[in-house]
Parts: sequence; structure tokens; C-alpha cells
Amino acid sequence: MGLLSKKDGKLITDPLADNNPITIQVLGICSALAITAELKASLVMGIAVLFVLGVGNVVISLLRNIIPSKIRIIVQLIVVATLVIIVDQVLKAYAYELSKTLSVFIGLIITNCIIMGRFEAFALGNGPWRSFLDGIGNALGYAVILVIVGFFRELLGSGTLFGIPVLGDAIEKTGVYSIGYENNGFMLMPPMALIIVGLLIWVQRSRNKALIED
Amino acid sequence: MAVNTDKNSYTILFAIAMVVIVGSLLAFTASTLRPAIEENERMEKQQNILYTIGINENGDNDIVFVGTEKVGELFSTNISQQLVLEAKDGKILKEMTRQEYMDTHNDQEPYLIDVKKQQARAKEGKSRFLPLFIGEKDGETVYVAPIRGKGLWDAIWGFVALDKDMVVQGVFFDHAGETPGLGANIKQRYFMDDFEGEHLLSDTGAFKGIEVAKGNNDPLNERKEDYKVDALAGATITGDGVAAMMKKDLKLYLPFFENLKTQSN
Repeated sequence: MGLLSKKDGKLITDPLADNNPITIQVLGICSALAITAELKASLVMGIAVLFVLGVGNVVISLLRNIIPSKIRIIVQLIVVATLVIIVDQVLKAYAYELSKTLSVFIGLIITNCIIMGRFEAFALGNGPWRSFLDGIGNALGYAVILVIVGFFRELLGSGTLFGIPVLGDAIEKTGVYSIGYENNGFMLMPPMALIIVGLLIWVQRSRNKALIED
Repeated sequence: MAVNTDKNSYTILFAIAMVVIVGSLLAFTASTLRPAIEENERMEKQQNILYTIGINENGDNDIVFVGTEKVGELFSTNISQQLVLEAKDGKILKEMTRQEYMDTHNDQEPYLIDVKKQQARAKEGKSRFLPLFIGEKDGETVYVAPIRGKGLWDAIWGFVALDKDMVVQGVFFDHAGETPGLGANIKQRYFMDDFEGEHLLSDTGAFKGIEVAKGNNDPLNERKEDYKVDALAGATITGDGVAAMMKKDLKLYLPFFENLKTQSN
């Protein structure tokens, strides 16, 4: 991290591992369950949250001294909603195809607890640059988990990655299907995302005992 | 800044200022981008209609529409006729050509008729307008009709191309917000292509519709006259929604096709 001081660098690296928003803070679980049946959807959602959290954190941080504390949650909500609507409109006008793919996630971004959580816990008390790094770090930590979960669910559930068959043809019985392998339709159901997230939490905590709570 | 942000008056002023700024920002964005968005939606409808009659740039497994730069031209050359049927209580009251419809409805193109609004009209007991687009597929005349219904989370809609016996020649489905990987797969080739060749009418000419069935045991969709296509795993409600909207909206066109048959006999 040559560009960043050690303290600033930690803002990015911490959420990726030891302070991951999903596996450690257990935030943003709802969207992690809902949209990870496909790898592509997971990746797109990760990028969308990266944008909204990065920009939103900076906006909140710039406003932090003038936001009345009584209505700060509403202000945060409005900042997220405004950003999301503007992005949605711009995409519809200039990248229509992309906006069709994203349509379902746009609404989900607003409800993502990670965003409100970072506004409240970090951006309200820190400067714009550090808030930006914190937003990017947390969004990356979120995206990493989404992509891992999406990878396993799509591979085991549909036998594809990014929609491309990688295990052979399930109907024609080629590739691994010729030796009796079957797609596990259960992987496509939201409960399996919870189980995969659970396994990730288990792996992570068994590697780093400091994370285990009493 | 030495402002006391805890004062009530400050809070109220801040709230008002924020609402005004955000409101005008959003209004400005919406009004500047509207023409571009409407143009996109218009071209998308043309692409969807052309898709059902086989005019697309599909590869083996993907869905590729004709490019936006040529869709307008392809639409006017391949859709030979646009009809609008005025229907009420299962009967067709009047058949209008594109020109007749546009003359009486503020120059609105028939393909831009909003199916949702028409469904609302029918609910109020008024007559509704049913657009029908006539083109050609593999040398046969096909009739493309729009459909619209409910999925699990939000609206689903599509276009269906039928031949004169109401045998499906092509479909296109789309959705506002079905679950990715599950219900959203109604917009996948392996689901849509199954409908091709399926019959909507029984041998006696009664309207049966097509069921999206589980346990169909027909993954390659070889049986074309069983009024069934394979359902999507984990997407029961979206699949049922597709079957329901096809049944409900296409049935409205039945008198037109019966008419067509008596005319040709």
C-alpha cells in the first residue's frame, strides 16, 4: 500500500478479512441470500454497492457537521435513495441493456444495511478521504463474499459460471454428467446461501481464533 | 461552524432545504433524461416484437436483439400490418387498421398501447384495445400479441407470435424484478424456446392454454401437443404467472382467429 498510510490502508484491508461486513458483522445478509444464485448477479450487485457506498460515504462525511442529529437517519436514507435513483435514471437513458440487468438490485441497494451502517458508524465521524476508503473497503468485503457464494451456488446448482456451462450438458449427459453427476437444485434456493455463508464464517474463525466470541 | 444543530428551528430548516434541493435535483434529472429513456423503451418494444418472429441475432444459447440503429427500419419492413381490435366481454366489436386507430387516438402507435392500462379499462367495464402485429415467419403469416401478468414480485410481460391456428411460433418474456437465477430465467432461451410449436387450441377449437408444468418429464420438449412446457426449478409462482397471463390475454384474441378460419373456408 505505497499510496496510503498504514492506517488508511487498514480501512481497505480490514473489511476484506478480519472485519468483514457479512461474515463478522453479519450485515447485508438479506441481499447475500437473495441474489447469489448466479455469479454474474453477485458481481453486478457488488459493483453497484461499491459505487453507492463509496460516493455516499463521501457525501455524508462532507455534510457531517451540519446534519441535525435528530434527523440524521432520514438524511442518510435520502442520500442513498437519491444516489440510487440518479444512477438508475442515467443507466436507463444511456445504458439501457445494463439497466435491465440491474433493475432488481437497484431497490435492494437502498435496503442494504451495510450502507446505513457505514454512514452511521464511520462517515458521520470521519473526513471525506478516510470515509471514501472505508466505503470502498466495506463494499469490497461485501462483494468478495457475494462472489464466493455466487460461485458455489451457480456451479453446483446450475453447472454453469457466468451462464456458461462448465460441467458439460445436463440434458444431453455430456461432461461430468455422463458419469452420473447431477445438478443440485437445492443450491439455487436461498437457504443454501445461508449455509455457505455459515461455512465461510466457520472457516474464517477456525483460522483466526481471535475472532471467536465467548 | 458555530451552528447549534440541535435546535428545532435548525432541524426544520435543514429538512426543508434538503427536500427542496433533492427534489429539484431529481426532477431535473428525470426531465432531462426522459426523452432518451422513452426512445429506449420504444425501441425495446420493437426489438421484442421482431424477436418473436425470428428476427434477432441470437447465437446458440443467448438472446441478442437486432441493433438499435436498424430496429426502426426492420420493424416497418417486417411488420406488414398493425391491427387494433376493440374488444368487450369476449367479443370483438371493431377491427381497426393502424391508421384508423392513430386518427382517433392522438397519433399513438398501436405497438405503444399500454397493456396494463387496457386491462384496467376492461376492469372498469369499458371496451379494451388489443393490438396485433402481422408479419411473416418461415413463409407463414404470424400474428404477434402482447401479454402481461403478475410474477412473484412484480409484473411480467411478453409477446407471443401465433400462426392462424393459434400454434405458438415464438415468444418473448420479460419481467420487472423476478429472482435472478430462479424466476428471472423465464427470460432464458431454454424456457422461451420450449413454447415454440405448442398448441393453444384443442382439436375441437376450444381454448386450452399452455401449462408450465412440473414433472412433465419432457426436458427436450418433444411432445408439442400436450399443452405443457417444462417448469423452472424453484420458480413455481413465476411459471404459473406465465401460464396465467398467456391464457388470460391470448384468449381475448380467440374470436379474431375463429373469424380468420371462417373467412378462409
